[in-house]
Amino acid sequence: MSLRSYIIARILLTIPMIMLLLTFVFLVVRVLPGDPASLHFEKQVDPQLLLQFKRRLGLDKPLEIQYIDYLSGLLRGDFGKSMQDFSPVSQQIFSAFPATLELAIWATIIMISVGVVLGVQASRSYNSLPDHSIRVFGTASYAIPVFFLGEVMIMIFAIYLHLFPAGDRIYAGMEPTGLTIGDMHWKSGLYVMDSILEGNPEKLLMSVRYLFLPSLTLGMVLCGIFVRLTRGNMLETLQLDFVTAARARGLKERTVVYGYALRNAFLPILTMMGLQFAALLAGAVLTETTFSWPGLGRYLVDRITFRDYTAIQGVVVFFGLVVAIVSLAVDILYAYLDPRIRF
Amino acid sequence: MPLLDIQSLVVEYHTVRANVKAVDRVSLSMEKGRTLGLVGESGCGKSTLGLSTVRLVPPPGKIVRGHITLDGIDVVNCPDEEIRRVRGKRVGYIFQDPMTSLNPVKKIGDHFVEIIQTHEPEVTEEDALKRGKDMLERLGILPERIGDFPHQFSGGMRQRVMIGLALVLGPDLLIADEPTTSLDVIVEAQIIELLKELKESLGLTLILITHNIGIVAETADRVAVMYAGRIAELGETYSLFEKPLHPYTQALLNSVPNITKKGQVLSWIPGAPPDLAEPPVGCLYHPRCAYAFDRCKKEEPLLLRHDDSEVACHLYDKR
Amino acid sequence: MSDERPKGRIVVQLFPALKDLTRRGLAGWVILAGATVVSLIAIMTVISPWISPYNPIDINVGPILSPPSSQHPLGTNHLGQDMLSRVYSGGAIMFQVAILSVTVCIVVGVPIGLFASYTGGYTDKVASLVMDSIYAFPGLVLAIAIAAMLGPGVVNMALSIAVVYVPSYFRIIRSQVLTIKELPYAEAARMMGATGRSTLFSYILPNVIPSIVAVATINFADAILTAAGLTFVGLGLPISTPDWGWDLTYGRRLLTSGTWWVITFPGLMVVLLALGFTLMGEGLSELFNPRLQR
Repeated sequence: MSLRSYIIARILLTIPMIMLLLTFVFLVVRVLPGDPASLHFEKQVDPQLLLQFKRRLGLDKPLEIQYIDYLSGLLRGDFGKSMQDFSPVSQQIFSAFPATLELAIWATIIMISVGVVLGVQASRSYNSLPDHSIRVFGTASYAIPVFFLGEVMIMIFAIYLHLFPAGDRIYAGMEPTGLTIGDMHWKSGLYVMDSILEGNPEKLLMSVRYLFLPSLTLGMVLCGIFVRLTRGNMLETLQLDFVTAARARGLKERTVVYGYALRNAFLPILTMMGLQFAALLAGAVLTETTFSWPGLGRYLVDRITFRDYTAIQGVVVFFGLVVAIVSLAVDILYAYLDPRIRF
Repeated sequence: MPLLDIQSLVVEYHTVRANVKAVDRVSLSMEKGRTLGLVGESGCGKSTLGLSTVRLVPPPGKIVRGHITLDGIDVVNCPDEEIRRVRGKRVGYIFQDPMTSLNPVKKIGDHFVEIIQTHEPEVTEEDALKRGKDMLERLGILPERIGDFPHQFSGGMRQRVMIGLALVLGPDLLIADEPTTSLDVIVEAQIIELLKELKESLGLTLILITHNIGIVAETADRVAVMYAGRIAELGETYSLFEKPLHPYTQALLNSVPNITKKGQVLSWIPGAPPDLAEPPVGCLYHPRCAYAFDRCKKEEPLLLRHDDSEVACHLYDKR
Repeated sequence: MSDERPKGRIVVQLFPALKDLTRRGLAGWVILAGATVVSLIAIMTVISPWISPYNPIDINVGPILSPPSSQHPLGTNHLGQDMLSRVYSGGAIMFQVAILSVTVCIVVGVPIGLFASYTGGYTDKVASLVMDSIYAFPGLVLAIAIAAMLGPGVVNMALSIAVVYVPSYFRIIRSQVLTIKELPYAEAARMMGATGRSTLFSYILPNVIPSIVAVATINFADAILTAAGLTFVGLGLPISTPDWGWDLTYGRRLLTSGTWWVITFPGLMVVLLALGFTLMGEGLSELFNPRLQR
């Protein structure tokens, strides 16, 4: 099947899934508890005030109309209004998302590097103590609640050793300003990139220092599957003929392992990255809360404390959409790289 | 001083089911300049034996006992670095399938540069490429093709490239593991001719591993016949073909169709090679042997001298 | 088959079964290790009323925020509750939530999986679509959304978690059913006139059970971690119930003032319990679908 038809087919498949997802979230938030508006208020509320409140949020209309409003709003990029101050949720989402994105990117880098290196090491010392220890680590790391690990990290590295900050994203007032050309400004929202664009090494160092513990924590907890995947693939590849032939030519082990064998193992790792993305976001929610990282996850948890159900709905929908789009992109990328996969 | 001396080598594969002895107490030695043909059925251990000479037996295989001395080096116990330096430089290795043995994303020239620079880091890329081109020419390939990728060559030419890579650093010993099995008959003949010619001009010591007795007859001084991990018979080529001692050797030679013999009925060896995870008691060949008698079922035969050959068979063991 | 009563059979078969595990190589040991850890923690939780030095809910049984000492080996928290007692009994909620959610998952997921994949056609396609949509979603986020709407409580937590993990069961059952459906002995049964339902129950179900068990054990681990996560974001239970999740959440705030013992011990317990289940699950998966042995 050609790449183009695969892309079309895949997109066609994603659409019903997204619809299901949106409907599901709608049902959970608007239908499940009965009345999200009255749930928001802890005590009894004057029915008149309640009605006004509902009207401002569009919660007084019949369910079917609400559903249509919800869907059409999403097409316009409207993720609803906050119950707290009626401000558009999309604003908050788009301002908080870059922080989560940056955390996710760095956590992924750590997750893959640690996972692959350990996996390769394990495969090279097959059936020995290092191999078994690494395998146990690969299985066990997932069992540690990410927030517990985070707290332990904070305890050790921030509080006792004073090596890294205990929370937040950067020292107040030190946010990188990004690229400035004449009158034009452009920020990506990713502090590392922005401080490089700004040409400010102090801010760059600071951004990295703040990023380090949260991304390390999230990366470590999720790397286990990559350790096992890499190990498995490498064990298979290292048996193949051209690896033995390369060794027979007297090439250094490192060349053989990294240059020859790892190339083959790479593609499955890429797919797994796509599959792990959802887990990454879920983990980010807890990591952000632990490290007071101002991202979408922490925003979500905030809104829970305030019982801001419409905002919760908006954020959850956003998460779902992001995951769906990323999965689609990864699938297409994979099909591009490996023609065998196109169905 | 033999170039290669193998003493009582035992190589085992440790699997979940059992420990399989792929090579069981094999002793062999190679004098410089001689050619040995190592023959046997698939799974008899000949490839494993070949790989052990440069300590390349893949896990879960392991050299368990025995000694291998290669030009003074203790192959079994020497440090990793030392054996790595031997591979490619002192010993050249050719594998069965040139397609999977060459790196598909590297040009031929890069293969040469890589191997030369690994062992002789002072050599410049330019010089390395020159040596590669010279080698290709020697092997009958146009030197300009040094910039091509493996998949752009035919099977026979890829095998020549492999031979080139194996010989470019001037090794004393060349091990060819089923070099022609994946090639058609005509190309096979060419490659064998090439090997013979190179052997002469370079003074190579050659171990030719194959299941094709025909090419062994043409190229080897001595032949070792392996069965189920042991050597069944070892002798000068001419004597072995004229008067095969071991029943297995006899059966093998009989099963080769002879185009000159009119009215020949094709023969084969009944039965199948033993399951090495649960080997039979006594001589491993006895279930298929036409001459098996009582002793064969109980006692394993030892490899003993008989005239100028060595054979492991109770028929010749007069003790 | 003999006429032994089922109970007797299980007990009689348990010990040889355990011994058999050790013979199954590394996977067997891993399962045994995991099972041991889980059992020990379960036993500890069950006998906690008898071994706790103090009532875990009682406040001010000792000085507030005192570090580990001879009277309070694991220290006390900000309410003056004894941490050791809280550690002993804090697992009860975890077990309850986990068992409940796994049960719901099995009761809901297995029949749907069996039915949809066996029937095939539209039913299968629709069910797969729904399940895949849920599966693709970040688990914790979905659980948060549901738990937020349902409110606090053991049952609600268990339900939120169950919804997230039902697709895992569906998928594994579906893949197994699709394979088995094509196998000769299933076809033979159909040819002999077995009805759909009896084929399903007598042929397919018994073969699917090992996979269900493997998934369920890993599911237990996930349920515990998700439950802890839900508590951490404030969607857990009323404060008074002793719960490791709560100690983790509160312990967090106390960390900056140097009070490390409130969060550490309950945290370790959660890790151990999740680890025990994970090891069991991984070992079981390895046993039932052994990876390529070279």
